[in-house]
Amino acid sequence: MAKFSKKTKANQDIPTAALPDIIFMLLFFFMVTTVLRETDLLVLQRLPQAEQLKKMEKKSLVSYIYIGKPKETGRYGSEPKIQVNDVLIAPEGIIQFVNQEKDKLSEAEREQITMAMKVDKEAKMGIVSDVQQQLREVNALKVLYSSLVDNGAQP
Amino acid sequence: MARKKRGAAEVNAGSMADIAFLLLIFFLVTTTIASDKGLAIALPPKPDPNEPPPDIKFNDRNIFKVLLNSQDLMLVEGEPMGDVGQLKERVKGFVQNNGRNPELSDNPKDAVVSFKTDRGTSYEKYIAVLDELQGAYYEMYSENLGVNVKQIREINNAEPSLKGRYDDLKKTMPMNISIAEPSKIGGEQ
Repeated sequence: MAKFSKKTKANQDIPTAALPDIIFMLLFFFMVTTVLRETDLLVLQRLPQAEQLKKMEKKSLVSYIYIGKPKETGRYGSEPKIQVNDVLIAPEGIIQFVNQEKDKLSEAEREQITMAMKVDKEAKMGIVSDVQQQLREVNALKVLYSSLVDNGAQP
Repeated sequence: MARKKRGAAEVNAGSMADIAFLLLIFFLVTTTIASDKGLAIALPPKPDPNEPPPDIKFNDRNIFKVLLNSQDLMLVEGEPMGDVGQLKERVKGFVQNNGRNPELSDNPKDAVVSFKTDRGTSYEKYIAVLDELQGAYYEMYSENLGVNVKQIREINNAEPSLKGRYDDLKKTMPMNISIAEPSKIGGEQ
């Protein structure tokens, strides 16, 4: 039988010198992907859930309209309100808002503008339809009803 | 005095990982990876005041009516339906009837799903029903093309041959979901 010479004790430490580098890499990844919230929401946002969701194709073409019950009910009342950018507006204000958003885009992209409607579950169709009528007026016909993925998990 | 032995100057980097971890956890918590997904619809264009509305005579059998009232109760083809889950099969049966049943559509091309709500209908219910209606069409497309529903929804990223077949299919089976302006019977609360 062949003899195996017993190896000398191997060094069992895992080198941890590269650990900070790995962590930094993860850190940079999250720093880059993080989107800090751009607007302060004045209205409640509990989005509905749905299955047949489509992803937005181009983020630059998307403008957001928020609808829901105001958070500060003492100041704004408890009826659902429309928020764009940082202010609450009346449905008629949508026209001005869409025109502003369209001005930011190049001429070729103007007809492609998509309005993402983030509407609270408990809002009624009346206000949603008022907004849609205004959108038809300004010819912003692509609408996306933002919803959550329906798998029971809330992000 | 004993002279101190000078080693190479070294920064203690042992806690570097801890600092990085701390930052990492901060960004992990604050991150909201842009999750902008939703149901896409196209609104009808504004009616032209100079042009009278086109006089299209729809055969009643080609319209599948879904109504939601202000109490969130659903009426499908004149009959109440409590469960939204049954809607998909009904829509599929209606669109792919091809003239067999005299009460359902003549052919998929002329079939229109009409969806009407009330101003008092809750948005949640509206989305639930719209989701089912769109889901029925996506499932019919996926059955016809032999791919899964997810590929249909992300058709713009699909390979051109599949996209071409999809566009052809859409000519014979367009997604005719007509969302009518809400009625004012129930009113808003």
